[in-house]
Amino acid sequence: MSIAETTTKPGLSISGLNISFRNKDGWTSVVRDLGFDIAPGETVAIVGESGSGKSVTALSVLGLLPQQSTRIEGSIRLGDKELLSLSPKDLKALRGNDIAMIFQEPMTSLNPTMCIGEQIAESIIAHRGISKAEARAEAIRLMEKVHIPSAARRYGEYPHQFSGGMRQRVMIAIALACKPALLIADEPTTALDVTIQAQVLNLIKELQEEEGMAVLFITHDMGVVAEVADRMVVMYRGDVVEEGTTTEIFANARHPYTKALLSAVPQLGSMSGSNDPQPFAIYDINTGLAAEASVLQSTVDTSEVLLDVKDLSVRFPVQQTIFGKVTARVHAVENVSLTLARGETLAIVGESGSGKSTTGKLITGLLHPTAGKVEICGKPMRSDTRQSLSRSVQMIFQDPFASLNPRLTVGRAITEPLRIHKLATEKEQDEIAASLLTRVGLSPEIAKRYPHEFSGGQRQRICVARTLALKPSVIIADEAVSALDVSVKAQVVNLLLELQQEMQLGFIFISHDMAVVERISHRVAVMYLGEIVEIGPRAAIFSNPVHPYTRRLIEAVPVPDPSRRSDRHKIADSEIRSPVRAGDYIVPTRTYREVSPGHLVQEVGPEWAA
Amino acid sequence: MTGTSLKFTPRQIPAYLLALLLVVSLLAPVLPLQDPLLMDTAARFAGPSAAHLFGQDEFGRDILVRLIFALRNSLIVAFAAAILAGFIGTALGVLAGYSRGLTEMLAMRIIDIVLCFPPLLLAMLAVTLYGPGPVTLIPVLAIVFVPSFTRVAHASVLSVRSQDYVEAVRSMGASNARVMFSTILPNIAGPLIVQFSFTVAVTVVLESGLSFLGLGVLPPAPSLGLMIGTGRATLAQAPMLLVWPCAALTAMILILNAFCDDLRDRLDPKFSKIRGQ
Repeated sequence: MSIAETTTKPGLSISGLNISFRNKDGWTSVVRDLGFDIAPGETVAIVGESGSGKSVTALSVLGLLPQQSTRIEGSIRLGDKELLSLSPKDLKALRGNDIAMIFQEPMTSLNPTMCIGEQIAESIIAHRGISKAEARAEAIRLMEKVHIPSAARRYGEYPHQFSGGMRQRVMIAIALACKPALLIADEPTTALDVTIQAQVLNLIKELQEEEGMAVLFITHDMGVVAEVADRMVVMYRGDVVEEGTTTEIFANARHPYTKALLSAVPQLGSMSGSNDPQPFAIYDINTGLAAEASVLQSTVDTSEVLLDVKDLSVRFPVQQTIFGKVTARVHAVENVSLTLARGETLAIVGESGSGKSTTGKLITGLLHPTAGKVEICGKPMRSDTRQSLSRSVQMIFQDPFASLNPRLTVGRAITEPLRIHKLATEKEQDEIAASLLTRVGLSPEIAKRYPHEFSGGQRQRICVARTLALKPSVIIADEAVSALDVSVKAQVVNLLLELQQEMQLGFIFISHDMAVVERISHRVAVMYLGEIVEIGPRAAIFSNPVHPYTRRLIEAVPVPDPSRRSDRHKIADSEIRSPVRAGDYIVPTRTYREVSPGHLVQEVGPEWAA
Repeated sequence: MTGTSLKFTPRQIPAYLLALLLVVSLLAPVLPLQDPLLMDTAARFAGPSAAHLFGQDEFGRDILVRLIFALRNSLIVAFAAAILAGFIGTALGVLAGYSRGLTEMLAMRIIDIVLCFPPLLLAMLAVTLYGPGPVTLIPVLAIVFVPSFTRVAHASVLSVRSQDYVEAVRSMGASNARVMFSTILPNIAGPLIVQFSFTVAVTVVLESGLSFLGLGVLPPAPSLGLMIGTGRATLAQAPMLLVWPCAALTAMILILNAFCDDLRDRLDPKFSKIRGQ
């Protein structure tokens, strides 16, 4: 950070910032009395859950809030320039030149009809006014700088040819095109897989050291904060509740909300020595005291197999000649075998494209396998048995906003399965809805209301209630807590564990979040490119990962402990490979080796040699 | 959706007007009105009077009564055709959008073929082949408007079917018919209702056009198109003969559009919350 250039770059200084939005009844205050400084070369993270005002703060620095309906008071200074008093024209010149921003959604923030290189070159030309040829050379240099492999060759490719992680690199390259003094990163890694997240975080840190920028990092993920931030500002519903260096706050948080937030962060490795799941300790946001976490009884009953999956495969043709010959296929799921006992939680972990969600859909019969079989409580799942078997297998989806029909009241949504299977009269349905709502910790009065009136966490509880209506024995939770804020996530995980205690449910818990998986599961299956590469008891997988992919996955999880930052291994800049194969691809025969009882590892293929 | 909708608001005016229009035109035969065909050649082109509020036409018939019966004819034809087209078109579109593959290909290509014919030309062709009158008019107009419903339904289904709640219902073991008609259909109702209002309005215009050309409702039965046609001939002597049916046509279309717009908003559960606040 001691490059000569850094001294010339200005830092950001915010003081007494108040932001209000106009609504029908007047002004609603969304940020109150916010103040902090970022020195050049320093990273400050604003941490908070949804609705805390963190993104609004970022937009106010860029002057991107709608002027008609926003009131901003206070001071935002970049160096000696007061940003709040700049004219829209000056602000526009400032954006991109002095302040750059990268967004959460790399999938939608690039223009799909322009090639990658031109999009980078365009911003260079716009701000520096150099010739096209020079801009092209500069763009390739930037692409190399953000570690895009074979940059010159990929200059002319389009966004759809890039993976999410690579697109985020492109966004960073565009942001860096003009050597900004301040980089605002708004949840830049939230939509990325964990190994890719680690790479992007490394990249941002590396570039910051080279360029001496100030970085304002906005995130809800304490693990990410511990990885990148020098100092942090914790926000809660528009107020700053705590501010300080990252090390200090992680070691010694003072405000109850910070304590609650930190304690809700799942920590990898916190569960070693225990074989059963463990609920999160729930901290009270006002007092910061932990509620007594209940000790769980072991629920697993291996004498009863709820789910038996053998050699399951599904392939989809993606490219055909006009004569119908398939020239490329997605091998979404390949030779997957697993079992689930009563009261057991089997977690399926993997990154995007690993086939974990597809496996879930195959088990529920939403997709038909190309080969292999699924047996639920001893009965085979086929298209003719799907409707009757669906009473035993239910599913919880990732996005609680999309998985409830907006036209059904909560009560009707919960009892819909009963109507589908014609199991209850109207009056019984109302009673069942009320009791299920109470069961998942909601008031039975809300049955008459519509889903859009509820928060993400409440909706996910409603979805859980809906899956319980048919009293299933297996519940498939497909990234069921991934979209939730940390504290809400902890509550929903605890709810699932309670329900398992009570009803001896079997869970297939599909997730990319290793830390949550460690809490909730009895056994873990790691999937990579459609295949299970490692499966076994949770304690064995986490304490003794054998397959290189499992190791990489565990290493990439951000550690919510700033003091351990330096222990990190550097993650290679690899992309997640795609399961699309040529039409004549012959699936290699895989063999598994038993490391310890029940812990199976796929023999490592030549692709992992290195 | 809540108790607030019972209060009178300006937004409800179209609903009341439409109700009035429907009641009057449906009950026209039993209301104490004159016979719309009764001629009084002595009082040709008579101006407004207490007995004939809007005056009398070229045969001395009461214009107001004829307008009411003309609206009745137009509305019966338009609603019947739109409902028929809506049923067939929506069913086809939902089926095509949900099942994909061959069904989709067949349904959408057939629709494309129908869509190739200009509506007025197709109607004229059918009327010349099968003779004019409402019995020909309703199915012909229905066929003309099936494609628009299919297209709207198909496009909406494609966006709704990928939603998790559709997957969720399937994972609960719902049959395909149930998914299509009790989960997807209510969620695509908004655009379909707008399409319905649009279709009724366009059908009224098309029916008037055909009648104007002598291919729709047959004289002496009253029809807005016919009245405009004959009113044109006597424009110099009695301009009001042209103005009244034109005004009636415009008013009816405006009322229909305003009503359907409001209806779509009301059917959306999110809307009732915003208004309830």
